[in-house]
Amino acid sequence: MHELIDYIQSYLKSNLTPGAAGNIFWATVYILLVFVGLSIAVIAMNWLERKILAHMQVRLGPMRVGPHGLLQPIADAIKLLLKEDIIPAEADKFVFWIAPFIVVLAAFTVFVVVPFGPTHAITDMNIGILFMLGVSSLSVLGIVTAGWASNSHYPLIGALRSSAQMVSYEVAMGLAVVSVIMMTSLQTGTGTLSMIGIVQAQQTSGEWFIFKFFPLGLIGFFIFAIAMVAETNRAPFDLPEAESELTAGFHTEYSGFRWSLFFLAEYSAMIAVSSIAVTLWLGGWLRPFPNLLHGSTWDLVFSLVPGLTFLFFAAICFFNVVRMPKHPLFKIQTMGLAGFGAVLGLIGLVMFVPGVRDRVGDIFWFAAKVAGFMYLYIWYRGTFPRYRFDQLMKMGWKVLLPMGLALLILTAVVAMRADLWDQLRGVGHP
Amino acid sequence: MNPPVATPFFFYLLATTMIVGGILVITRKNAVHSALALITTLLAQAALYLMLYAPFVAGVQIILYAGGIMVLFLFVIMLISIERAAKERQFNKQWLVGIAAAAALGGLFIAIYTTTTKGKTLFPEGQVSYGESQNTQAIAALLFDRVHGTYMFAFEIASLLLLVAIIGAVVMAKKRI
Amino acid sequence: MTDPNTLSPLDLDTPDKTFLDSNELVINMGPQHPATHGVLRVILRLDGEKVLGLECVIGYLHRGVEKIAEHRTYTMFNPYVDRMDYVAAVSNGLGYCEAVEKLLSVEAPPRAQYIRVILTELNRIASHQLWLGTHALDIGAITPLFYTFRDREEILKIFEKYCGARLTTHAFRIGGLQYEAYDGFEKEVKNFLTFFAPKIDEYEELLTTNRIWLERTKGVGKISGKDCIALGVTGPVLRASGVQWDIRKAQPYANYKNFDFKIPTGEHGDTYDRYLVRMAEMRQSCRIIEQAVAGIPEGPIMAKVPKVMKPPVGEVYHSIEAPKGELGYFIVSDGSTQPYRIRVRPPSFVNLQALDVMCRGQLVSDVIAVIGTLDIVLGEVDR
Repeated sequence: MHELIDYIQSYLKSNLTPGAAGNIFWATVYILLVFVGLSIAVIAMNWLERKILAHMQVRLGPMRVGPHGLLQPIADAIKLLLKEDIIPAEADKFVFWIAPFIVVLAAFTVFVVVPFGPTHAITDMNIGILFMLGVSSLSVLGIVTAGWASNSHYPLIGALRSSAQMVSYEVAMGLAVVSVIMMTSLQTGTGTLSMIGIVQAQQTSGEWFIFKFFPLGLIGFFIFAIAMVAETNRAPFDLPEAESELTAGFHTEYSGFRWSLFFLAEYSAMIAVSSIAVTLWLGGWLRPFPNLLHGSTWDLVFSLVPGLTFLFFAAICFFNVVRMPKHPLFKIQTMGLAGFGAVLGLIGLVMFVPGVRDRVGDIFWFAAKVAGFMYLYIWYRGTFPRYRFDQLMKMGWKVLLPMGLALLILTAVVAMRADLWDQLRGVGHP
Repeated sequence: MNPPVATPFFFYLLATTMIVGGILVITRKNAVHSALALITTLLAQAALYLMLYAPFVAGVQIILYAGGIMVLFLFVIMLISIERAAKERQFNKQWLVGIAAAAALGGLFIAIYTTTTKGKTLFPEGQVSYGESQNTQAIAALLFDRVHGTYMFAFEIASLLLLVAIIGAVVMAKKRI
Repeated sequence: MTDPNTLSPLDLDTPDKTFLDSNELVINMGPQHPATHGVLRVILRLDGEKVLGLECVIGYLHRGVEKIAEHRTYTMFNPYVDRMDYVAAVSNGLGYCEAVEKLLSVEAPPRAQYIRVILTELNRIASHQLWLGTHALDIGAITPLFYTFRDREEILKIFEKYCGARLTTHAFRIGGLQYEAYDGFEKEVKNFLTFFAPKIDEYEELLTTNRIWLERTKGVGKISGKDCIALGVTGPVLRASGVQWDIRKAQPYANYKNFDFKIPTGEHGDTYDRYLVRMAEMRQSCRIIEQAVAGIPEGPIMAKVPKVMKPPVGEVYHSIEAPKGELGYFIVSDGSTQPYRIRVRPPSFVNLQALDVMCRGQLVSDVIAVIGTLDIVLGEVDR
């Protein structure tokens, strides 16, 4: 027993990820935390997407279940679990059964290497980014098999579309990623594929890679930002599930729980690719303006931001509590919203405690950047029409791929003579 | 150094998975089931690479084989009418050639086993030339480094070969270029 | 563009040659499909995603409107026509009323004419709004739908105030109008015009220069003016192909000759031009309404029509420019209280013929776009 406690405590002193420390207890804890956090994020995303999209479209969105529809995702989840689970008679039952699990497994496994902070990752792999790209590319297998196993025309076309789309955009995505890996080699001589190593390289180089070799980093980021939307099958690249053409694409024949697994996988894949983009270009867990606003005062100011953010959300809740109709029927809703606001405020207050403040800062900034991407996803969906399949392919192969190749070569050339590049831009090289 | 995960238990687990997957690939009548079995085999192989402290090769295995090539396999298979394909003859009855090839391979295994181990354990404690953390860099050095770079030419030739294959495929597949 | 006469009939029965040669796929789109605007069924023969040919199967919404007419008096049949093109019910009523008036040789008084024009043009805007919303939704832009439905509501409110119904209005009577315009009708219509002008800009802002919208609509579903005429295609589809044909100008009915408006035309006959033409038509409709509201004369709203209508023996064809194209009524009278035969020339039905010509060689996604751009209403196609 004593040894066990020692074993658990030994990790807290080490400055490593549980994976690197080889501590199975803490690795399990981290896995559970990431899993729970991800599920909550997907639930929150479900509500936010419906609300934000609704407000973009001059509607209110869910308003009935709970205050401002806050409990709608839970109601949805219960509905989905209670629904009849239909397997088409002509479907290939085993493949039909296994396909959603492949997708979910691929979408969740990638979070093993996502660095929420210098030590807040389940593990840090030497091939971190390669692992993420590889495992997330496995989800296409699930989609393809789902479409095929349904034994129906629309799912099959949806599956064909998505497999072609995902395989094509992986190429451009990979090229953009390689240009970042080249940038990591500037300070140390050898580059790294490790997710934590990439963020640390940005820390030592003093600027996020999106601004590195301006505009090369920016171009790489844009290639990735476009490719990642296509990779996750979201608007305006949501052809595999284009509801006006293919009814629902590869998951047309799925219902109930199995369908919700696809839903879960889609949103966690969105979070996963956003985390890659944040890690590679936007400095991962680093706070904004690391080189402009430095010093202990600014550190303190930025460490207060997480708590303030939660207090701000709590304030919004209380503002809406005041605005709630005074009718007795709204009493429970008002109380619920006040309770929600109180919980948010409490979390915000806890985040001001010095010990907590230093620990959650990294996770907060990482999550905030990912949330920015999530908002972009919703915004795209509200704004853009859908691409046609040949146009999508044309963009992938004829625009993004040559751009990626040119970027790769340019980055290589510039990285070899980084000193000359900085002289050209009139920046002294440290 | 951490306790190694490369225990014999995992080796046997992965090896069994691979063999079962391999057998399923050739025995399943449904081509999609065969492809799924092949993917299992390839993933188990990637895990074997990880046991050999070669994470880069494992990652590339997943990206290229399981994620890329197998998707294209499935892509093609799905376009084929499965019901009619299942009625096609499943095995070529060329027993003579098959037995000869199997015997040759078996002989090779036995010869290697008897000449290299010579009574020692099947899995001798080997020296890992590069630790897990330097593996990727070591491969890069081996391929591209000016001092050690002996594989650069072979690497380029291989990629040229693939390019030729792509062009050939396009020429054969397209009715009109 | 392909000559419609040389198109080979769609061969749906040839089996696949070998199991490896599975390039061709026959897909049933509809009758339950989110993008076929009701219960249209399209049988597509595809090579990959390329359309080799298609066949429309219609009739799922057939109610025998024309047959019903033979057992109803002229007045009794009037509400039925609203149920054909239910998103442009006012236009349907106008066409029918004017056809019967022609048969009876009566003319609606000027005040009734003006109010008819205002309501019909409002209805044209409402119909185009519904088209724009659903068309954009088909192409994947979900937001315009809510914008157009929000603004269409204002038109429906005017209808509701005028005649009590929002969709199937039954606004007109043979010989004029049943209801006098309510108090503040002019003011509300004027308010709507000032409200609506910036809204069209809002729609255009979302779509007209949107890169993806341009790529999805330009060069898609092209049809030449000659093909349009050969197939009998009318309305915005014909005008987008460069043919300046609008019955409001060509054979003026109601009192359209009193109003100053332009006929917007396109050049290329593609989906984008049809989009532009309809957007311009909404603006022109606003101009017509503006002039009509300014010039409503005082006077009676109903001409002298006998209580029991017994038109003289004879036949009449009268057509109007409905939002979707030429809407014609051919009425044969045997001198009794009931029409001997009524034949409707619905624009949607005739325009739908062009779907095959417009879609051959294009992709599945384009079929969706083209069905949307044809602006069909299945109630009118099947009647």
